[in-house]
Amino acid sequence: MEMMTTNGKGGKSKQKKMNVRVDFTPMVDMMMLLITFFMLCTSLAKPQTMELSMPSNDKNLQDQDKSVTKESYTITIYCAADNQVYYVAGLVKPEDPTILKKTTWGSKGIRSVLYNHVTDDGTYPVQDVMKAKAELDKEKADVTKKMPDSIYNVRLNQIKAGILSDKKITTMTVIIKASDNATYKNLVDALDEMQICSIGKYVIDKLNQDDFTLLKKNNVKL
Amino acid sequence: MTPMSDVMVLLLTFFMLTSTFVKQEPIKVNTPGSVTEIKVPESNVIGVLVGNDGKVFMNMDKTTDVSAALSDVTGQFGISLTPQQQKKFLNDPNWGVPMNDLQSYLSLETVKMPEAIKKYGIPLDSVKGKTGDAAMSEFQIWIKAAKNANADAKIAIKADENTPYKTIKKIMSELQDMNENRYYLITQYKKVED
Repeated sequence: MEMMTTNGKGGKSKQKKMNVRVDFTPMVDMMMLLITFFMLCTSLAKPQTMELSMPSNDKNLQDQDKSVTKESYTITIYCAADNQVYYVAGLVKPEDPTILKKTTWGSKGIRSVLYNHVTDDGTYPVQDVMKAKAELDKEKADVTKKMPDSIYNVRLNQIKAGILSDKKITTMTVIIKASDNATYKNLVDALDEMQICSIGKYVIDKLNQDDFTLLKKNNVKL
Repeated sequence: MTPMSDVMVLLLTFFMLTSTFVKQEPIKVNTPGSVTEIKVPESNVIGVLVGNDGKVFMNMDKTTDVSAALSDVTGQFGISLTPQQQKKFLNDPNWGVPMNDLQSYLSLETVKMPEAIKKYGIPLDSVKGKTGDAAMSEFQIWIKAAKNANADAKIAIKADENTPYKTIKKIMSELQDMNENRYYLITQYKKVED
């Protein structure tokens, strides 16, 4: 106080105020360093996974344990070299090469094949299942109902098994077969279509002699 | 300056909380995209890393399990490692050196190891000199040892999108042969295209 009175211009008091301000620059420098470190050394996205259950290789499996599906409820997808994809609706008959049809990956190709597949009974199993799933998703998104995940999963599995709200339908069975030169991406893409089309019954199988004969007759690059 | 440091602190907290550390991988793996939203379990995972040239590496999240699996496998092959070599093995984020080359690999200097491991990979062919049920590949032996070390562990296959299906088929059928029929395929998230 004494200073204030003696120095009329207040130079000292200005200096006193300056002392309160802390220099933040080193702190910001350090922050920058830490952020750069975290940005470079860590990854943000957690990877996703697909759960896969393969059939057992056990040769002693009884034939009666293997379920038989109706012919028109089956589609076989072939993943060949160079990202090519072919399919056979129904049973694979090597003597008739015209049953093998070519398609493409993605929504306009294999997905629309699955989506528009008509069975002998005139039903669209994939469409029915997908519609039921869309309704379930809508119900899940409805905040007022607050559907827990457990119930959602139970109902989703029911839909995938063909138990719909108004009727019970037979669902599709898809067999995925890949040649040696197909890439892993093709396999994952095929599995992905199963996920999108909510197909519950699918299997990854090896190419057998009938498949080789059929593919060779159509000059498919394996 | 104060608002700037505020933003910095915010960003820093965000990065610290949301990110996970990148594990060093001997080969670069680009996983294919898929629409599934299931996350990889954080613990009890046996990771199988497959490069696009078909090289296979493995990792486990707990060091205790790795050391149990290591002593199991080295015991089967009659290889004895010095404590120093064992320590080097456990410090590696992934393993994938054939048993014949394991000792010479672990004798290398630590700085040379990440470069050296690139040319190896766990062999998928059955071990020479054994037939019948004993004809397991080194990969199968490792999986079995890892399963013995931690019975709850789940297998997660992380393969490059350009891996030929031949390699994947081989791995899958080897896993099937030992009745490991449930596993995860690690993918990247991709939006459903309409």
